[in-house]
Amino acid sequence: MTVKSNHVTIKGIKDGLVFLLDDKCEFNLLLEELRYKLEHSHQNILTGPIIHVDVKLGTRNVTEEQKQAILDILGQKGNLLVRSVEAPEPETADGTNGLTTMSGIVRSGQMLHHEGNLLFLGDVNPGGTICCTGDIFVLGSLRGMAHAGFGGQEEAVIAASYFAPTQLRISETISRPPDEWENRETSMEFAFLQDGKMQIDKITNIFRVRPDFNVFKGV
Amino acid sequence: MGEAIVVTSGKGGVGKTTTSANIGTALALLGKKVCLVDTDIGLRNLDVVMGLENRIIYDLIDVAEGRCRLQQALVKDKRFDELYMLPAAQTKDKNAISPEQVKDIILELKKEHEYIIIDCPAGIEQGFKNAIAGADQAIVVTTPEHAAVRDADRIIGLLESSHVHSPKLIVNRIRTNMVKSGDMLDIEDILQVLNIDLIGIVPDDEHVIKAANSGEPTVMNPESRAAIAYRNIARRILGDTVPLMLLDQKPGMFKRFKKFFGMG
Repeated sequence: MTVKSNHVTIKGIKDGLVFLLDDKCEFNLLLEELRYKLEHSHQNILTGPIIHVDVKLGTRNVTEEQKQAILDILGQKGNLLVRSVEAPEPETADGTNGLTTMSGIVRSGQMLHHEGNLLFLGDVNPGGTICCTGDIFVLGSLRGMAHAGFGGQEEAVIAASYFAPTQLRISETISRPPDEWENRETSMEFAFLQDGKMQIDKITNIFRVRPDFNVFKGV
Repeated sequence: MGEAIVVTSGKGGVGKTTTSANIGTALALLGKKVCLVDTDIGLRNLDVVMGLENRIIYDLIDVAEGRCRLQQALVKDKRFDELYMLPAAQTKDKNAISPEQVKDIILELKKEHEYIIIDCPAGIEQGFKNAIAGADQAIVVTTPEHAAVRDADRIIGLLESSHVHSPKLIVNRIRTNMVKSGDMLDIEDILQVLNIDLIGIVPDDEHVIKAANSGEPTVMNPESRAAIAYRNIARRILGDTVPLMLLDQKPGMFKRFKKFFGMG
C-alpha cells in the first residue's frame, strides 16, 4: 500500500509524541494509514525506550469502539504509552456538549423534534410536544409533553423553569402528573429515571443524577 | 385598498359569527365601508345573526363559479348603507370552493370596502384554509375554558406558520363572578399560554342571545355591556387606544348607590 495523502501526522514534543489524526477522511482509511506509518516508517523513533503519546482526533466524533481500534494499533508497539486521547466528548456523555439552543413557542398540535440535547427558550403549550434524543431544558413553561432520551437513552433528564407537563417520557418510560409524583412545586424542577421509575427533584440536585455535568464547587 | 380580517377560533360555539357580525356592524357604526363574508359553506349563520336571511339571492359559490357578478351577490344591510354581506352557500360543502377562488373574491372586495370581515368555520380543514386565504389579519376568539384555549393555541400555531403572522385575541363570554370565585380561567392565565396581543374582552351578556335571535347585532343596543366591548374592539381595529373594560363595573355602580344612601 502506498500512502499518498497525509492523514496521520506524527510530531515530536518535549516529552513524547503527538499523533495528529485527520478529522475529515474516512475512519478506516485513517486506521490503515496509522498502521502503515507505525509499521513502515520512523523505525528509529518507534523502537527503544518508552515514549508518551498524545492522540489528537480534531473534531471527529468517534465511538468507543473506534477509539479502542486506534489504541489497539498504537498498543502493538510496546514502547508507545498512550497518555491522552483528545476528541470531542460524545454527546451522550456530557449534557453541556452539543447543547443546541432554540426559541419560540411549541403550540398545541406542533412537535419539535431534535437530535441531541436541547435548550429551549420559550413555552411548550398543552397539546404541544418536544422530543429529543438527549436532554431537554426548557427556559420557560413546560405545559405540554416532553420526551427526552428518545431512542433509548435512559440517563436523559427533562428540566423546566415552570414544570407543569401534561405527560413526561424518558426513553421508554411514560409518566403523568400529578398522581404519580408527590410534593409538587412547579418551579425549576427536573425529571429523571431511577430504577425505571420517573422521579422529580429540584434543579439544584441535578448533579446527583448526572455527575457527568460539570459541577461548580467554588473555592 | 381595504383590509381583510378573518375571525377564527378552531373550536365551534365560542362566538365567531356573533363576533364577526358585531365587529362589522360596529365598524359601520363608526362610518367605515364594511363587507362581511361568510365562509362557513353548508352551515351558514351570519345571515341569520344579521337578520338578512330573506334577502339572499346569490352566494359565495355562485360568485366563484361565475353564475353571477360579485356585486349581485352582496346583500346590503337594512341599517347601514355602507355595510354589505356576502353569504355562504347552504347547499354545498367546504370543498366546493378553493382558497385561490376565495382569495380572488376578497381581493375584489378590498377595492370597494375599507374592511372585510371574514367569518371562518370551526375546524382546521378546508373551510379554515379557504377562510384565511384572502386575509391580511386574523382575530382569534376564545372563551375562558380549557378546551377553547387549547384549540385557539392550535389555530394560532397554524396562523403563525401561514401568511397571517400576528393574530389578535378576543376573550369572549367572561363571567366576572365565576372568574372571581376561581371557577373560570382568568385573562392572565389565557394570555400566559397563548402569548399573543389581546384586542378585547367581551363579558357574557344575555342581550347577545336576544339580539342574535332577533337578527339585530348586539352592538346596536348601548344598554348591553357586550355592545360596548364590541365597539371598543372596533375602535382598536381603527388604531385607537381604548383601555380594557373593567369587568367589575357592576359592583362599582352598586357602591355608588350605597354611597348615595350614606352606607358606603
